[in-house]
Amino acid sequence: MDIVPLVKRLSEANGVSGYEHEVRQIVEEEFGRLADEVRTDALGSVIALKRGDGPEPRPSILIATHMDEIGLIVSELEEGFLHFQQVGGYDDRVLLGQEVLVHGRRTLPGVIGARPPHVLSQEERGKPVPYDKLRIDVGLGPDELPKQVRVGDLVTMKRELIELQGGLLAGKAFDDRVSVAAAMVCLEELGRMRHRWDVYAVATVQEETGLKGAITSTFHLQPDLGIAMDVTFGKQPGTADEYTYEVGKGPTIGCGPNFHPKLQQALMAVAEKLEMSVHLDPLTRPAGTDAAAIQVSREGIPVELISIPVRNMHTPVETVSAKDVERAGRLLAAFIASLDEEFLDSLVWDLGLDDE
Amino acid sequence: MLLEKLSNAFGPSGSEDEVRRLLARAVHDKVDELQTDALGNLIAFKRGTGAEPRMKVMVDAHTDEVGLMITRIEKNGLLGFRALGGVDARLLMAKGVIVGEKRLPGVITAPPIHLTEREQRSKVLKINQLVIDIGASSEDEAKKLVKLGEVATFDTKFEVLDEGGLRTVKGKAFDDRMGCAVAVALAEGEYAVDLYLSFSTQEEVGLRGARVAAYRIEPDLGFALEGTICDDMPKKEDVSPTTELGKGPAISVMDRTFVADQRLVRLLIDQAKANGIPYQFKQPGAGGTDAGAIHLSKAGVPSVAVSVPSRYIHSPVSIASLNDFENTVALMKAALSALPGAWS
Repeated sequence: MDIVPLVKRLSEANGVSGYEHEVRQIVEEEFGRLADEVRTDALGSVIALKRGDGPEPRPSILIATHMDEIGLIVSELEEGFLHFQQVGGYDDRVLLGQEVLVHGRRTLPGVIGARPPHVLSQEERGKPVPYDKLRIDVGLGPDELPKQVRVGDLVTMKRELIELQGGLLAGKAFDDRVSVAAAMVCLEELGRMRHRWDVYAVATVQEETGLKGAITSTFHLQPDLGIAMDVTFGKQPGTADEYTYEVGKGPTIGCGPNFHPKLQQALMAVAEKLEMSVHLDPLTRPAGTDAAAIQVSREGIPVELISIPVRNMHTPVETVSAKDVERAGRLLAAFIASLDEEFLDSLVWDLGLDDE
Repeated sequence: MLLEKLSNAFGPSGSEDEVRRLLARAVHDKVDELQTDALGNLIAFKRGTGAEPRMKVMVDAHTDEVGLMITRIEKNGLLGFRALGGVDARLLMAKGVIVGEKRLPGVITAPPIHLTEREQRSKVLKINQLVIDIGASSEDEAKKLVKLGEVATFDTKFEVLDEGGLRTVKGKAFDDRMGCAVAVALAEGEYAVDLYLSFSTQEEVGLRGARVAAYRIEPDLGFALEGTICDDMPKKEDVSPTTELGKGPAISVMDRTFVADQRLVRLLIDQAKANGIPYQFKQPGAGGTDAGAIHLSKAGVPSVAVSVPSRYIHSPVSIASLNDFENTVALMKAALSALPGAWS
C-alpha cells in the first residue's frame, strides 16, 4: 500500500468532531475495497468487517482509530471578521498567522490575522494572543460576510501534506488519521494472510470530544478484544525524555491499568517475531484514547493501544514517519493472524490455585 | 497573474534571485535598458518622450521579504535560525517553511500542548528556542542538505479569496511584491519623463539596495511603492489602523524614515481627484520605506511613498485588495503622466 497518498488524502479531508462526513466518505471507500462489509452506525462511525476463516461462532477483534480532528467554531461576526471558540484544544500560540478553511455556505480560505510587529507595543510583543482575542479574516467585507458565514460554522486548518526528508510527513489531523491509514494497512495485510478471527475495523467519531464513537460502536459490536490505535508524543525540543518516543523508531504499545497485561505481552512477542522495534508507552490514567472507552464497554473488554509517535501534536504540522504508520499496521495484522481459538483462554487471570 | 508568481517566489533579503529573474522576464521587452548592480538591484530604464533634458524619476519597489536565516545545525539534524528582517517571534510556532538553496520543505516545531505547562503557554517562545525540522535525522545528514547562512521563507501559496466585492487575495510577501507588481504595470505606459524602475534589494535589513540604486540613478524625484501596514481589525481602544483595506492607495506623509515631499503629496492628491481614484493617507507613525534612503541620496531627492494596504504583513500570510492594487497602478500612471508639467 502506498502510504503517502493515503495519508495525504485522509489528512487533507476536513472533519472536526461531530462533522466527519468528508473524511467518512474516504474511509467508506477505502474500507470497502479492503473488507467484506462496510456500514455506518448511528453516530457516524464507519465499521468494516473482514471475516476470519475459523469455525463459527468466531471470536472478534475490534480495531478503533478515530477520524475526527480538533478545530475551531465561529462564535461571532464583527464587521468583516470572525470570532471563534475551540473544538478540542490548540495551544493559542500556534494559531496566530495560521491559514484556515471556514466551512460556511461555501468553503472559504482565511487567515488568523497577526497584527504587524510595526504597530505592537513592547508589552504586546512578549505575549501570546489568547484565542478569544484572535480573529479570522476571509477577505469578505461586512456586507458579504453574513451571507456566507454563520455563528456555528466549523473551521479547520488549511494545510497540505508536506513531505520532509527521510520519509517524514507533516500535516494536520495526523491525530488520528495516520492510525486510520495504519488500520487500512492492517486490513490489506490481512488480505494476504490467514486469520481465524473476525475483524471489525472502526473509524470512530468524536474521540476528541469524549470518545463518543468508541463508546457506541464497541457496545454495538461486542468484540472479544479491542485494539485502539492512536498517536503518542514524538521526541522533540521542549519536551522531557519521559512520555516521548523517537519518530521513525517504531510504534509504541501501551502499558498501565487501561491495558490487559497478557495482550501487551502478546503484542510484544509478535513485534519480536517481526524483528520490529517497539517501545512501551506507560500511561497512568485510562483516558485520552478510544482504549479507555473500549475497556469498560458492557462487562469489560481486554484492550491494548498501539501508538504512532507524532511531533508537534495538536498543531497543523504534526510530523510522523511513514515507516511507523506502516509498521503499526503490519504489527497489528501479524497479531491478528496469530489469534487462535485458545487465545481468549490465555487471558483468564491465573488465580494461583494450582500452586497449592 | 504576475502578482501570484511574485508572491510565491522565494526572496528573503540577500537571496532575491528568483524574484529578480521573474521581474526581468516581466519587464525586459517593455523597457529600453535593464541593468543590475553590486547589490543585485534590477534597474529598468524607460526613456521619456519629452524633449531633453528630461526629468529623471525613480520608482522603487523592493524585491526582498522578511525571512529566517539558518544559524545552527543541531546534533539531531534540526535547524536553529534567526530572524532576517522584522519577523514576529509570536507567530512562528507550527508553520510550514521552505529552506535554502534546495528549497526543502520544513516545519517549525511546537511542543504539544499536552506536555506544556499552563504557565509556559502564556510565554512566547523566543526565536532561539525554536527549530526547523526538515526531516534530517542527524547533523551530518542535515549538513549535506543545508549550509549555515542559507535562508528560509514561509510556504504560503497565493490565492484569490473574493472574486467580487473587495477582490481580496492572500499570500506571503505582499510587502513588497505588491509594489513590484505595481512597478511592472507602470512599464506598460508612455511618459514624457525618463523612468527608472528600481527593483531594490535588502529593504527589510535597512533600505540598502535603494540607497545605492538612487546613487547610481541620480533621480530628480523618487517614488517608493509598498505593500504597507493595514491594521483595520475592529479594536476596543481607538488605535490607528495605519491604512484601511479597500479605501485606495495609501499616500505617506511621514513615517519613521522620512517626511514626504509635500509637493509630491499634493501631486498625488490632485491626480487622484482629477481621475476619480480613491486614496487615503497612511497614518504617520509606523513603518519605513525605501523613500527613507532615496530622499537622502547625494544632495537630496524629493520623495514620496505610495502603498497598497496589506493586512498582516511580516506574517506568513497577508491579505490585500486587487481594487487597491489597480487603483495604485492608476494613480501612479496618472502622476507619472502629469510630469514634468505638474512639478513646480
